[in-house]
This record gives sequence, structure tokens and C-alpha cells, in this order.
Amino acid sequence: MNATVAMTDYRRNRIHPKKFALLIACASIMMMFAAFTSAYVVRQAAGNWLEFRLPDLFYFNTGVILLSSLSLHSSYLAFKRGNTRLYRLLLAGALVLGLAFLALQYQAWQALAAIGVELTTNPSGSFVYVISGVHAAHILGGIAVLILAVLHAFILPHRLTPTRKLRFELTLIYWHFVDFLWVYLLLFFTFQS
Amino acid sequence: MANVVTKPEVHEDDLLIEEYGYDDHFHEHHHGDKYQSNFITTYIFSQDHKMIAKQFLITGMFWAIIGAAMSLIFRLQLGFPEENMAWIKPLLGKWITVNDAGVGSLAPEFYYALVTMHGTILVFFVLTAGLSGTFSNLLIPLQVGARDMASPFLNMLSYWFFFLSGTIMFLSLFLNTGPFAGGWTAYPPLSALPQASSGSGAGMTLWLVSLVFFVVSVLLGGINYITTVLNLRTKGMTMWRMPLTIWAFFVTAILGLLSFPVLVSAFLLVMFDRGLGTSFFLSEIFIGGQALDHVGGSPVLYQHLFWFLGHPEVYIIILPAMGLVSEVLSVHARKPIFGYKAMVYSILAIGFLSFIVWAHHMFMSGVNPFISNFFVIFTLIIAVPSAVKVFNWIATLYGGNIRFTAASLYAIGFVSMFISGGLTGIFLGNSAIDIQLHDTYFVVAHFHIVMGVAAFFGMFAGIYNWYPKMFGRFMNETLGKIHFWGTMIGAYAVFWPMHYLGMAGVPRRYYRFDSFAAFGQFDAMNQFITIAAIVTFGFQLLFVINFFYSIWKGKKMTTRNPWGATTLEWTTPINAGHGNWPGKLPTVQRWAYDYGKDGQEFIPQIQPLGKDEKESH
Repeated sequence: MNATVAMTDYRRNRIHPKKFALLIACASIMMMFAAFTSAYVVRQAAGNWLEFRLPDLFYFNTGVILLSSLSLHSSYLAFKRGNTRLYRLLLAGALVLGLAFLALQYQAWQALAAIGVELTTNPSGSFVYVISGVHAAHILGGIAVLILAVLHAFILPHRLTPTRKLRFELTLIYWHFVDFLWVYLLLFFTFQS
Repeated sequence: MANVVTKPEVHEDDLLIEEYGYDDHFHEHHHGDKYQSNFITTYIFSQDHKMIAKQFLITGMFWAIIGAAMSLIFRLQLGFPEENMAWIKPLLGKWITVNDAGVGSLAPEFYYALVTMHGTILVFFVLTAGLSGTFSNLLIPLQVGARDMASPFLNMLSYWFFFLSGTIMFLSLFLNTGPFAGGWTAYPPLSALPQASSGSGAGMTLWLVSLVFFVVSVLLGGINYITTVLNLRTKGMTMWRMPLTIWAFFVTAILGLLSFPVLVSAFLLVMFDRGLGTSFFLSEIFIGGQALDHVGGSPVLYQHLFWFLGHPEVYIIILPAMGLVSEVLSVHARKPIFGYKAMVYSILAIGFLSFIVWAHHMFMSGVNPFISNFFVIFTLIIAVPSAVKVFNWIATLYGGNIRFTAASLYAIGFVSMFISGGLTGIFLGNSAIDIQLHDTYFVVAHFHIVMGVAAFFGMFAGIYNWYPKMFGRFMNETLGKIHFWGTMIGAYAVFWPMHYLGMAGVPRRYYRFDSFAAFGQFDAMNQFITIAAIVTFGFQLLFVINFFYSIWKGKKMTTRNPWGATTLEWTTPINAGHGNWPGKLPTVQRWAYDYGKDGQEFIPQIQPLGKDEKESH
């Protein structure tokens, strides 16, 4: 770690290189989903496209992931203010809500299968499974980072060092990103069909 | 140059850095031992960008030899289909079938596997990882004045993901059913149906896994390159003072970052079609009279996704070569690069346009001809920034005091190749002419010259020029020049005749032509091409010998700046350790191309402007 910390001393822009690198990575992930959704549009225009209504669970679930983001953000503010209890509580809350989102996404897939839209029924359904599945994989990455953050929060003494602040900000950026990525995907599914 | 004369110059660099440099307290942190304490951290799991560059280069060379050897085998088939190939059976085993008369011939399915692997290996492993992986790693931190990449750890991972990807691809060569054989573009249904051909099963699975790891490697590298260029430039290194190499690597990394994820999306959908029964790319298909379950998929959709990567990919290959050539030409012509800003703007324009021309690879796959018009226009517009660059390279050479070294010869050779290959691109970019020329040897000739040979020439120019920086020794110049002339003449001898084959309609990817009366007249030409390819390959072995011999036995570098270049990498000690500069970081006082200014042969970037001196641009 030391080496990279040392090198940040002479960085020329205000944004931390690691934060910037994360933003670039987010742009790259975004391109992947842009590809999926444009493939969806192109395939839909070709016909033989099964129309169906998304199970309500997907919409409910969006609320869960938004709450998780909110919880993490409040935790970050509490962390900066030095309110240890709130910082730990809200951070754990964000993790629990994140896990709940994954579990509920699984339920939503089952609800989808229950109305007769299975993975192989028609590309219109296949796309929903694949896109939400790849998104869930990115949520899983976020969960791993959140678990690390929770461990830090509960094991290490609460100190506002630049390194810990940076780590928290990186976690926060990624979690907000995958959260709003889901909002985009849901809006896309809703208005495109 | 004698040591007596150059020694004070060496001191001058250090003095300049000491006086104007920037103290980042780098050497007060005790982490040096973490980087180069033992054999493993120095040579294997190294986090030093200079070592990672060498790892990329040598792995790339390994793959180049394998990929080129494959092309020789299928060229033998094309040039001499009747000849006995039994002698190669010890190497290829069951892929050579020997008949009762003892005459061995290449199995047709393995011919396709060779063609497919040749394309995959050369495009991804050699000209992407081997070219931009090597030189982005070596030059970005050194030329922008950084201690290392933004994240040395991710940089190390980038190489090892590439290594893992290569290992998986290598293993696929030894499968009983053979490696993937459906073309490097992996179009469905050959890629999406495991039962489509012998290579479509396990071979394709390994191909997909390998390339997904490859994309991870490219992305980890690209994130680092972009962040390093934008965030870790030293004081005074404004964007407009960056050498063109850095501009080229920077735009290359952006292209990779935006286009490779799209390829992953396409691969994921292929995986679902292969393993989980979805029908993204598979429409109603009968195999052996049996209807498959797949309904309503669109193979053209895959082509769109593939070429959305595929076209930027060719610029990912050629832009780094262009950057290297610009730098080498300027240094060895002892002149500033002509039209620096025009060069930068054309790199940016090429980068932008590369994203909106992908369907010119699909004119004949049934896309709407009116949509083709759009792609024709933007494809032809790419000729404009390309022509600007060619003009500027020639204008840089014009009136220059050119030193004909192996490096500069390759840079000049690059310009020649880029012109000849680029001009045929104008034919192919036209959707009407493409009706005749698509899928013929004209296409093969075009892309081999413009992005295969040309990119190799840029790479060779880079290797000969920066070899002293990498290994502290020089490659043998005489061997280098022989290598150049052999390759220059050889490459034209291989690919020039292919234009004629293509115009006559000879299709690419065919195993043999003897059942087509129209193509029988080209037997002699095919033999000529094959012989030229073998000879040209021989010249590359000369290069490989020169490369490895010179690592240990080459002429030692005695001065820091053997070419008299202005850029920062030549102000480091001859064998720079981790962190590149022993003391302070240099600061940049001027642009990268002050050659022949105010009666001085060259002025390094670290030298402050004189009293009445104006900045050059």
C-alpha cells in the first residue's frame, strides 16, 4: 500500500487516482450494459417477441436497493461526523439491504418463471434474466466490498484517516453506481416493452 | 560519441532535475525492497512497469512465433496442396492423415483451426497485448514523468490475466477435438452450437474463457493507462506537451475500455446459447435432419456486437504503432514532428470515428443498404485524419537529417505499408465494390498490410528504438537492417499478389481450389506467396536471435541518451530502478519536439526556456 500512497503525493489533479480509476471502471461496466440493452432493442425490432409484464417484485426490490444506497450514504456522513454508533449501524443496514436485494431478485426470477416466462421461452424473457443476472453479479462484488467495510467498521477503532475516508468513498461510489445501474435497467425494461 | 564528450551532458540532466525537479519524497518511503527484493518479485510477480513491459513483450513474441508458424502450415496447404506433408506429422499428429501411398495431407478441419487460431493469436495476443501492453507500460510512466502506474498491483494483475488467457488458449491447441475452427470472429452458429463442428465443442469453450480473461487483462491495463496519463503527469507536463506516443496510448486505452466490454456482452450471450438453451443468436436450425429447439435468434445481432468491438480493435492495434512511429521519425530525422496538433486531433478523430463504422464489416450479411450508406460515408471520412497523419510523417522526413537506423527504417517502412494498405481500404469501405471484393483475398491483403504488417513495423521501430532503455544494451544494427529489408520486401511479396487473387474473386478461408476451374491459373501465384512467406518468417527468426543475444551480449549503453531525444525517459539512469528517477522527479519546461531549435541539435524537455526563447508551439 505504501508505494501507492507515496505516489499520490505528487498527483496533479484534485481527484484521487484510485477514485478516478474506479470511475473509468464504472464507465466500462456501463458499456457492457449499453451493449446488452441495445442488443435488446435490435432484437425486439426483429419481431417474434413475447410481451409480458414484469413482476411487481422487481419494482419493490428497486426500493430496497435505493434504501441500501441511502443507508450507506448516511453511514458515510456519520463516519465523517465521528458518530461511531450510527456509522456502524447504517453500514450494517446497507449490507443487509444489499443481501435482501439479491434474495428478492431471485424471488422475482421465480415469479417470472411462474407466469410462464422461463429462461428459454423467448429472447424477450432471456434478456431480462441475463441482464438482471449480470447486474446481480456486480451487486455481489459490491456485497464483498461492503462485508470488508463492515469488518473494518466493527474491528478497527473509528478514526478519520485519509486512507479510510478514501476507502469508504470508493465503496460508496461503486455501490451508488450499481444501484443506479439497476434503476436504469428497470426503467429500460418498463418503457421499452 | 566518446565518453569524454558526453559525460558532462549526463551530469547536466541530473543538475537540471536537481535544480528544477520536484521533490515528492518518494525515496523516503521504505518500500523499495517490496518491489525488487528477490527473484520472484523482480522477474515474475513484478509490480515495476518496466519489467511488466518486458513480460508483455516476450510473451507477445512467443505468441507471434506460434501464430506465424501456423500461417506457414496453412500456406503450405494453399501453395502445395499435392505435396507430401507426412514430415510434419510428428508435430501435428492425427491432423496429418497419411494415405496408402504414404502421402500425408493436412486435415481440412485442422486447416480451419489453424486459420482461426492465427487470427485470434495475432489480433489479441500479439498486436493488442504484445504491442500496446508492452509500450504503454514501458513509456507512459517514463514519458509523463511518473514513478510508476497509478496502481502497480492492478498492472501486475493485467499481465497475469493475459498469461492465464494465453495458457488456456494454448491448452485448447492440444484438445482431442482440436481448437476452435469457426474463424477468429466466432460467428454463430459455428460458435454457439457445440455440435456444429469438431472445434465448436471444448475448443470453443476454452476459446471463450480465454478471451474473457483477456478482456479482463485489457481493462485492468487500460484503467491504469488512462488514470496515469490524466493524474500522474509531472509538473509542467501539460496535455499539449505530451509526446505523441502518450496521446496514442491514451486514446488506445479509451477505445479498449469502451469497446471490449461489448465483446464480453456478446460472449456472455453466446455462452447462454451454448449451455443454457437460449436463442439470442440461433434461429431455426436443422442438424442431421433433426430440428433444434432454438427459435427466432439473430446471428446478425452477434455480428453487430462483435464488430462494435472489432472495428475499434483495429485502431487499438494501429494507434500505438502510429504513436511509436511519430516519435521515432521525429527523433531520427532530427526535426520536430510536423503538425503536432494536427497529429493529436487526427488521433482523436480516428478514435471517435472508429465507433461509428462497425457495420462496414457486414455489408454482405443482409443489413439494410440504406443503413450501409451511413457506414460507407463515415468509413471513407476516416481517410481524412489518416491522410493528415501520412502527410505529416512525410513532411517530418522532408529536409530532415535522417539517421537510417533499424528503428527509423522500420518507421519509414510503416508509412509505406500504411499508405498501400490504407488505399485498398477505400475500395473496401464502399459497399458497392464490396459486393465483388468481400470475403476474397483482396480483404486478406488489405488488412494484413494495413494493420498486420504495418502494426508489426511500428512495433519493430519501437523495439529497436527503446531496446537500450529496456535492457541497457543495443541490438545489433546490421542484423536489424537485414531484418528490415528482408521483412519489407518479403511482406510485399506475400501480400501484394493477394490483391490480384482477390480481384479475380478467389475466396478466402478455402482449403483448396482444384475443383474450381477459374482459380486453377493461380497455382503458381499461390506457390510464390507461400515461398515468400517462408522466407519472410526466416528473417523474423533473425530478429528473435538478435533480440535474445543482445540482452546478454549486445553492445552496452554508455550514455543515457543515445539517440539524442528530448523526452523524459532518456533522463533516467541507464538501469533505472523502481521509481525511475533516483532523486527528484523531473519537471517539464517545454514540448517534446525541440529539435534543431536555435542552433541546438535537440533540447531536452527538462531544460527551461532561455531568456528570450519562445515556446515552440
